[in-house]
Amino acid sequence: MSHRTEGINTERKSMIAQKMLTTNKRQKTENITGRTIAMICAGLLVIVVLSITYFIASKGLSTFFVDGVSFKEFLTHVKWDPEGEPSSYGVLPFILGSFFVTALAALIAAPLGIGAAIFMTEIFPGFGKKVLKPVIELLVGIPSVVYGYVGLTLLVPFIREQFDVLGFSLLAGGLVLALMILPTITSVAADAIEAVPQDLRNASLALGATRWQTIWNVVLHSALPGCLTAIVLGMSRAFGEALAVQMVIGNTTKLPSGLFEPISTLTSGITLNMGNTIQGTPYNNALWSMALLLLAMSFIFIVILRLLGRKRLAK
Amino acid sequence: MKKLSKMFIALTCVGALLAGCGSGNTAQTQTPAPAQKPAQEQSNSGSTTKTSGEPVTAVGSTALQPLVEQAAKDFMAKNAGAQIQVQGGGSGTGLSQVASGAATIGNSDIFAEEKKGIPANELVDHKVSVVGMAAAVSPKVKVDNLTKQQLIDIFTGKITNWKEVGGDDMKITLVNRPKSSGTRATFSKFALDGKEEAEGITEDSSGTVRKIIAETPGAIGYLALSYFNDTVKALKLDGVEANAENIVTNKYPVWAYEHMYTKGEATGDAKAFLDFILTDEVQKKTVTELGFLPITDMKVERDAEGKVTQK
Repeated sequence: MSHRTEGINTERKSMIAQKMLTTNKRQKTENITGRTIAMICAGLLVIVVLSITYFIASKGLSTFFVDGVSFKEFLTHVKWDPEGEPSSYGVLPFILGSFFVTALAALIAAPLGIGAAIFMTEIFPGFGKKVLKPVIELLVGIPSVVYGYVGLTLLVPFIREQFDVLGFSLLAGGLVLALMILPTITSVAADAIEAVPQDLRNASLALGATRWQTIWNVVLHSALPGCLTAIVLGMSRAFGEALAVQMVIGNTTKLPSGLFEPISTLTSGITLNMGNTIQGTPYNNALWSMALLLLAMSFIFIVILRLLGRKRLAK
Repeated sequence: MKKLSKMFIALTCVGALLAGCGSGNTAQTQTPAPAQKPAQEQSNSGSTTKTSGEPVTAVGSTALQPLVEQAAKDFMAKNAGAQIQVQGGGSGTGLSQVASGAATIGNSDIFAEEKKGIPANELVDHKVSVVGMAAAVSPKVKVDNLTKQQLIDIFTGKITNWKEVGGDDMKITLVNRPKSSGTRATFSKFALDGKEEAEGITEDSSGTVRKIIAETPGAIGYLALSYFNDTVKALKLDGVEANAENIVTNKYPVWAYEHMYTKGEATGDAKAFLDFILTDEVQKKTVTELGFLPITDMKVERDAEGKVTQK
């Protein structure tokens, strides 16, 4: 009896093994279709990315190669007057504006975001996961025009009354952007902190460290690359944001000279003028060059993110 | 797996259909749908024009947009087969879209000759109305009248406080349109004698500009007359009020034609629509209601160089 069952079992096993080893027709076609679909999708993505880059580069570079604006003038001059006689294409005020407003937003949002992340993972995980996380994620879904409008209606008059200034300012832009990137920073940082192994915390507590010492010296330390990733992600969003910033910073094309002064950013410069310029004119090309600058900046942000990711993997 | 690939095929089909819709406009232009004809003839029994059902797109100036939208609505109510799509985007967009053939009609506040890079000789100008523009200030500003020189000094940054022109001690805040804007071009040409404006707050939509002027103490900007309401105050220029009476005789010089350009002579529905806008029905009612001036009322004519002649 036992011998017989064994025989059947071996037979079945070998059958299964054979089935698993040899590919039948159906499997083959499925494999092929699956692979083709995946290849097509990946190929399409690559083509889209490459063609967008090519398109923006070809338009943006024609400012320098067709219209004869020098690269140095474009990047370092402070006078932006493409319709003037003679025209001048200095975008330094826009570049500095974008950088300052992004830096200010990161300065405000990074401590807040990482603090909120610590609160919802380490200090009050139950409440954090059930209430705080969904609420913060809800902030991501609010369209930027709403942020801009609230900024224009509440924030700008508030700043005007408090400090007796114009209201349209670097500060207003930074605050609106900080609010916009706060959810990104919080959720990415929370994921990074959660990923820190429990053993590390236990070991630290067992050595006699207080809860705060554990959070500060152990948890945050090992989650540092993740937190940096969160900040860079937030900054790259802030750098590219157009509408909300445009509504509250005043769009004055001059070098930023203080927190309460109106400024321009690359994105607001593009959106304000794109609709009124004619394709192919030097003015329009100059706007494309500004777009190319933005694209280059987002590449740089991606490279930074990759480097941070590699650091985390190496650990 | 099989299901997945079927789904993929279905998705591709949907994608193809959507893409088809995008190019549907041009396809229909070439072959007017025959199915629409009977219905059209029936509804046309009482109206004046025959429509071909070819979609007409009118793109451009946001200042002119409300007028064209209203006129298109009325036109389509009268002619069941007609399809007129109105979009904004700015005068520059209107001119470049019509020049490249992407739109049937290009709406613009400025002459095609004034915009660099537009082949003006290929475009046919249809002036449909006139719009006045005036310096707008916050109601808190106690000034009602400025001389041209004062206005120039304010916008070039020479005068920075309202007390210098007889107002309260209040800082002046400039609210501008972007350098490429049609409204800015008109205002700076006829109110500021082409002087370069100082940098100020810059916003691209008339609605936002109005909001900022209304809420910022001491702010000054400029708006088309169609945008004025209770929240902002229009200033007199050299004692002349910006109203219809003074604009038709050019006594108040800050005004612009609203142009609707076509590439070559207008044909079909586009022509019928442009004719409709010039009828008394639209000119006397919709145009005035929306704050524009009927083109037929003008007693003077102005060319692209700004030369004014009596009609």
